Amino acid sequence: MSSNEPLIRAENLKKHYQNESDFIDRLLGRQQWVKAVDGISLEIEEGETLGLVGESGCGKSTVGRTLLQLHEPTDGTVYFKGEDITEYSSNELRELRQEMQLIFQNPQSSLNPRLTVNDIIGEALDIHGLEEGQSRDERIKELLELVGLSASHANRYPHEFSGGQLQRIGIARALAVEPDFIVCDEPVSALDVSVQAQILNLLKDLQEEFGITYLFIAHDLSVVEHIADRIAVMYLGEIVEVGTPEELFAPPQHPYTEALLSAVPEPDPGWNPERIILEGTVPSPLDPPSGCKFHTRCPKVIPPADLEFEQEEWRAVRSFATRVESGDLPLGSLREEYDVSDASEFDEAIREEHDIPARLSDPEAEEILSETIQALEQGSFERANDAIGDAFETPCTVHEPELQQVEGTEIACHLYDSRYQDGSVDESAASGQPTAAVSESDD
Amino acid sequence: MAMLEVEDLNVRFYTEDGVVKATNDLSYQIEAGERFGIVGESGAGKSVTSLSLLRLIDSPGVIESGEIRFKGQNLLELSDEEMRQIRGNEISMIFQDAETALNPAYTVGEQIAEAVRYHLDMDEEEARERSIELLEDVGIPDAAERYSDYPHQFSGGMQQRAVIAMALSCDPDLILADEPTTALDVTIEAQILTLLEEIAEKFDTAIQFITHDLGVVAEFCDRVMVMYAGHPVEIGTVEEIYYDPQHPYTVGLMSSIPRIGDDSERLQTIPGRMPDLIEMPPGCNFHPRCPYAEEICTQLSPELVDVETGQEAAPDDRNQHAAACLAHTGELAGSLDYEVTVRDELEATATDGSGTTEGEIDE
Amino acid sequence: MTTEQTHQHAKRGRISIDGFDAESIEKREPLSDWQPSLESEEGKGRLYYAWKRFKSNRLALFGAAVIVIMTLMTIFSRPITVAGVPVQPISLAPYDPAAQDVLTGYSSPSAEHLFGTDWAGRDILSRIMYGARWSLSIGFIAVGVAMLIGVPLGAIAGYFGGWVDELIMRVVDLLYAFPFIVLAIAIIAVLGRGYWEMVMALVLTGWLAYARIIRGEILSVKENEYVTAAKALGATDRKIISRHILPNAMAPVIVQATLSVGTVVLAAAALGFIGLGLSPASAEWGVMLNVANANGAIRLGYWWAAIFPGLAIFMFVLSINLLGDGVRDAFDPQGSTSQNREGGGL
Repeated sequence: MSSNEPLIRAENLKKHYQNESDFIDRLLGRQQWVKAVDGISLEIEEGETLGLVGESGCGKSTVGRTLLQLHEPTDGTVYFKGEDITEYSSNELRELRQEMQLIFQNPQSSLNPRLTVNDIIGEALDIHGLEEGQSRDERIKELLELVGLSASHANRYPHEFSGGQLQRIGIARALAVEPDFIVCDEPVSALDVSVQAQILNLLKDLQEEFGITYLFIAHDLSVVEHIADRIAVMYLGEIVEVGTPEELFAPPQHPYTEALLSAVPEPDPGWNPERIILEGTVPSPLDPPSGCKFHTRCPKVIPPADLEFEQEEWRAVRSFATRVESGDLPLGSLREEYDVSDASEFDEAIREEHDIPARLSDPEAEEILSETIQALEQGSFERANDAIGDAFETPCTVHEPELQQVEGTEIACHLYDSRYQDGSVDESAASGQPTAAVSESDD
Repeated sequence: MAMLEVEDLNVRFYTEDGVVKATNDLSYQIEAGERFGIVGESGAGKSVTSLSLLRLIDSPGVIESGEIRFKGQNLLELSDEEMRQIRGNEISMIFQDAETALNPAYTVGEQIAEAVRYHLDMDEEEARERSIELLEDVGIPDAAERYSDYPHQFSGGMQQRAVIAMALSCDPDLILADEPTTALDVTIEAQILTLLEEIAEKFDTAIQFITHDLGVVAEFCDRVMVMYAGHPVEIGTVEEIYYDPQHPYTVGLMSSIPRIGDDSERLQTIPGRMPDLIEMPPGCNFHPRCPYAEEICTQLSPELVDVETGQEAAPDDRNQHAAACLAHTGELAGSLDYEVTVRDELEATATDGSGTTEGEIDE
Repeated sequence: MTTEQTHQHAKRGRISIDGFDAESIEKREPLSDWQPSLESEEGKGRLYYAWKRFKSNRLALFGAAVIVIMTLMTIFSRPITVAGVPVQPISLAPYDPAAQDVLTGYSSPSAEHLFGTDWAGRDILSRIMYGARWSLSIGFIAVGVAMLIGVPLGAIAGYFGGWVDELIMRVVDLLYAFPFIVLAIAIIAVLGRGYWEMVMALVLTGWLAYARIIRGEILSVKENEYVTAAKALGATDRKIISRHILPNAMAPVIVQATLSVGTVVLAAAALGFIGLGLSPASAEWGVMLNVANANGAIRLGYWWAAIFPGLAIFMFVLSINLLGDGVRDAFDPQGSTSQNREGGGL
């Protein structure tokens, strides 16, 4: 292991699950794949804490478990201390378990209710034959005291403890094998505020004492900001931004990071910023959007090069265009609701329903739009589709953004890529080397 | 007279292991259109408070004593039929888990329409129209189409919107929201909070908002009550509670939350845990976890008093800042020795946080 | 409070609080002798609480008592000799259950014959006491063997999933397609009559339920994070199943087993009644009923020949059901105290 090799490094890690399908579906090969983790790369230095945040269903827990090889990755490699552990045999993996551990979200379900605390913590020692007899009990007591419990608790069962105490037992179990790397999977989100602070302090103390490296997974940005040295933000199985908390929380930011941060309520009644409210919910990982996966909710989608738009206007037109393409427009109920009798009333109704202004600021765009609405009025989705064509196409739906250095942080967004800033969707642009728009990369 | 007046409410659960004192001498008032927050950790008796307002406490729980006056009427003296008229019509509830609050066997629209029909005496067609209107009000796109969707076809945020639509169905004067955003992602939480704010304004509905999230309270509520082990320990406006907390528990709670932009290495915590509601510590229930506790705290149980005067708190005084700590009655020898610093924005940007303005602390 | 503090702003992290000195609490002497409950209580497992709940259930205790009494009575009804060595010399039964006396055939209950005699003049009380050896042992043995087959198969299906699961569960579905009693009759028709043949028939139809229950239970137990934790510690599959999964999945199986002892005894009696049970000379309860019925005992007014064996079956099955319900309530305390306590985080 070379000196500048990080403790753990993942390259293009992918984990796809088979969607629940029955026997017949499997026989006929009708499977769907959930792309829980879709090609992420990250590295964590020794003694460092990397925070991993994202909304539920973004695949952050799967990343943790795939790094630990509890789930076999679909693709990609994981290097631990310079060795590719995806190639390990099951015996080698068992040895590896002494070096990497996991702390869980739900302290109730992460401890076997039928075992005493002694058995739970002792199991780790037994499996690897670390301590026996008298010294085993001594070690367990030592571990209990280390995590702030009394040694006299060793013979009790989990149901006799409170949530915070159970979480401490879970931590003691992970520490029993003296690991170098611990994945903390939402370790404080099930706990009360005051207990949460106790556990966060405990994790910090342990890191200082034993130099443990953490991957800290959480949905709560304020917790991650407190504990992490660097933070990675995930959206739909991909990392969209990585950086230190200071870098991440200051511009330039990925629009998703910006929105996520803005949504976190601040415990200060006077705090009243411009909130960015993201519309809709995270799309299904079964069928993620093409190009940049965030474009369906992104408040900063890049407009096409040849058209001039206000951002709001552009978003309204863009979402209308998507619905024309998918044919998902309830025209019947629209006519009823707005009491439509002729073509111009239909035009008004459509625009009102989709928050599109009566006239778009760009004459060319206006022409395309009104032609589309006319086609719809005559009941032809096909002609509407022809009319709209790819006029409202953006690079965000066509090209997948890659992580690139932008003033210290790494961001995966076309906004920071000079090639797309004018909204060009030229296919050839994607094949070239990415160039940073805002600053040069510094590696 | 306030719209809702709760006076000396005591709820007990008689269990095999002993008597659970879920709320103790709880008194507070909510005005029409007000947003009142109840904060506390789990086991503080927050949810029991909401359930007892609707008289939904089941055996072995009992509302032992106290009065709950809604528009001057004591709810505890109403007949079951009269109570049913109040539920949903005048007071309705939003739950934490929207998924289980909706019946998976009926469409979302049918469930709202049923509530509408039951309380507003409408025929089926009218109820359907009203339900679609409600779904639009809570921001569900294509409400007419989504009317016949089943709950599982809705995402978590949409389900919570549907639950809110149901709660709004009869234009209630008071909504009891019990951790309505806890199960949601932050981006969805922001959507729902905005929606609740709009609704409260549009329909002039009072909201009793129960949560453990201090950020949400700061954003949403006008006045706040902090609860600990079934006792109210501090009541005041959000500004008072956040800038000038006067009960050691509130102080501990405020100092143990990680704040974005705050670069301190360690969080200040409250050691230990909340006592079991069956066997509470004598005197002030908080004394085993309180750094300011003295001998006297184990003997006297403090009452809510005005923090300025030390006189017994008057629940009808909406401007009063009251806390239940012996420090405010002069019985504590020492003082509450802590400092709340509010960095002023201008100074903070100029000197990067070194210039501070201190909120004054009276002893 | 100054007005600057309350005006609207967009900066985070403005408030900070200093001086809440938690460490001073850990350093100082406790102010009162109050202790959280955990410190003053002995560590006890869930079985302890299950037993405590079971003890307070009077109906279940009654059921258990009846079963214990019946079992003791049948053990001590006649002496037992194993390979010529008497291991149990006591004989509680007033008569030899096989001793015939045609002259006293169908004598009504009296001080001499408490339950009367049957057509061959055999004492019915003695026959019931002795016959329980067949009825009860068939129940316990058939259930025990069925569990030994069903639990491992269901556990394997549930834990490993995939084609193993498909294979085992399709066999279960296939056998479930036959009505239970029809399947049992078919098996006896093939194997012939006799004690072990009957046990075999009941086992072959009985293991299905255990396999299904344990599989479903394991599917939910294996989602628990303590299973992942054990994997993360490097535990082997065998260890995970035996230490973490099976013990947490067994409760419903035990309940099912208790309840089905009753069903199996009934089934054995039913097979005996339709003439597919043990030999007509044996004192198995179902066979006794069959013989009484075949001779038209009730029609002829000899009610005791049918009522008492029937009553014995009824009492046993009722008791075992009460016991089974008690076991279920003990394992799965709905509305128990722990659930009514408000909040759990504390």
